Amino acid sequence: MAPFLEAIEVSYRYKTPRWVIDGVSFSIEEGEFWGIIGPNGAGKTTLLNLLDGIILPQEGEIRLKEQALGDMSRREIARQVAILPQEVTFYFNFTALEVVLQGRAPFLGALRLEGDKDVEIARHSMAKTGSLQFADQSVTELSEGEKQRVLVARALTQQPRLLLLDEPTANLDLNYQVEVMELVKALSQQEGLTVVMASHDINLAAGYCDKLLLLKEGRVFCQGKPEAVLNQRVLTQVYECDLLVDKNPLTGSPRITLSSRVNCK
Amino acid sequence: MSLRKRRRFFLLLLTLFFLLIVVMVVSISVGSSEVGFWQTLRVLGHSTGLSDSPSTRVAEMIVLHIRLPRVMLAALVGAALAVAGGIYQALIRNPLGDPYILGVSSGAVLGSVIGLISGMGGNWLGTQLSAFIGAVVAIIIVYNVAKTGGRINTMKLVLAGVIVSAFFSGITMFLFSIATGSEVTNILFWMMGDLSTQSLSTVWRIAPLVLGIMGLLYLLSGELNLVMVSEENALQLGVNVERVKKGAFLLASLLTGAVVSVSGAIGFIGLIVPNMIRLLWGTDLRYHLPLTALSGAGFLVLSDTLARLVMTPTELPVGVITAAFGAPFFIYLLKQKVG
Repeated sequence: MAPFLEAIEVSYRYKTPRWVIDGVSFSIEEGEFWGIIGPNGAGKTTLLNLLDGIILPQEGEIRLKEQALGDMSRREIARQVAILPQEVTFYFNFTALEVVLQGRAPFLGALRLEGDKDVEIARHSMAKTGSLQFADQSVTELSEGEKQRVLVARALTQQPRLLLLDEPTANLDLNYQVEVMELVKALSQQEGLTVVMASHDINLAAGYCDKLLLLKEGRVFCQGKPEAVLNQRVLTQVYECDLLVDKNPLTGSPRITLSSRVNCK
Repeated sequence: MSLRKRRRFFLLLLTLFFLLIVVMVVSISVGSSEVGFWQTLRVLGHSTGLSDSPSTRVAEMIVLHIRLPRVMLAALVGAALAVAGGIYQALIRNPLGDPYILGVSSGAVLGSVIGLISGMGGNWLGTQLSAFIGAVVAIIIVYNVAKTGGRINTMKLVLAGVIVSAFFSGITMFLFSIATGSEVTNILFWMMGDLSTQSLSTVWRIAPLVLGIMGLLYLLSGELNLVMVSEENALQLGVNVERVKKGAFLLASLLTGAVVSVSGAIGFIGLIVPNMIRLLWGTDLRYHLPLTALSGAGFLVLSDTLARLVMTPTELPVGVITAAFGAPFFIYLLKQKVG
């Protein structure tokens, strides 16, 4: 059987000659939780945008359930793929519930008029992400962390088959980091939701992801299970700094500790 | 939107509609000649077949052929400019969007004047078309100047609007200085924003145009809501952003051109009304636009009534009144939103 999501020799560049994504290939099975890691500028966000079909590769192809993203309409893609962007600035005073309800847009008619069922789905997602209490508040008044939870709720409201997360915990307090990650993990395990998360937090990725894709300068440096990808030799080479890899005493997943040049004996 | 809020919306819409009618009737019943409120009601009632007591011919003349077209035109122009402002604000994600500030009105004025001077004066369609072209050219220039790396810069936007406005007004003035004939004085008055010289036939001509375009814009309002958050957001949620954007820019400019060609450049309605509605009701365009249209209509009818009354027997151009309200409001918005 063909994989759920497949990238075949994908290359992409902006208006500059440098390839930001350079010949990337991987295949993801339905229900898997993947992490894209790598240093700043490695192409993590660009790769997520390619997976959402927001931008199309100049070379190669991305297929969702055997269909090339380039052959699908925006609406068709939005019915299956949701993305949590790294940063959204709101210019107008939409309420949080209005923003979350926008997640229903791919399923609605020309005016995007929501029915009771859509409102129910939205409120349910907000309850799950702990954002229901500011449903009627303007999004411009929310803190970064609250905004993030609203945006996670919106992505869930899309009821996607593929969820793309771009630094999902960057603005969250510790308790919400755990909550959001646990929620996504549960959805992946219980409902077979496929998740691809870009993160610069290697420990977070190691703890939650089934597979990791390590990017360096637009190329796949290595991919596979976290235990295979995260070893001292590989990481030192990619990040060009000293670090220690051992096991997280709670979960048994690989744990990275940076070794400071000052404090190390 | 919950059922309760939807019900409140329809109630508000009805109230605003009722208020608009009241304001229009009151506005028809005031003016420099001695035709008062009850006489006006009698004429209106007689002409609509609601009452059978006839009035004098003079009263009928004044009410039906001088005041009525003016008030109806004010309502149409007010609604159109307010809606155009609301659409521009959504498209550029900035509360300063307004046909006058963005230079679209000046573009439409220049287009109309070119149409009039080049001998299309008798042909309203030609004038309308050249007003439309002027409006679209203006918005294309301003938009592209203000856009840096996919973002609209507020500072650049306001400056680009001012510059384009000044440039187009300059050309308009130049055309005046080389034009001859009695038409020039008329055009000059019209340019300052004037509703008094149009006949009822003008009203019937632009009414379907204005209402039609507003209807089309309303059909885009659901998708524009998504664009209002960001273009990327709209793309991610399945909107064909380029199509919606181009369509809305074109329709809003067409709307501006349509009314400017008959009323001249009346400023600031597109700024005041949509922002007020956003503060008082909310941002969702599916509710925002109808409220904006009705309030815009009422606002301009009121302003025009004031323009007739403040300095009786002299009349002010209505643009003076809207500017008196609008300029301070503009400064308030500019202080609120920097960036």
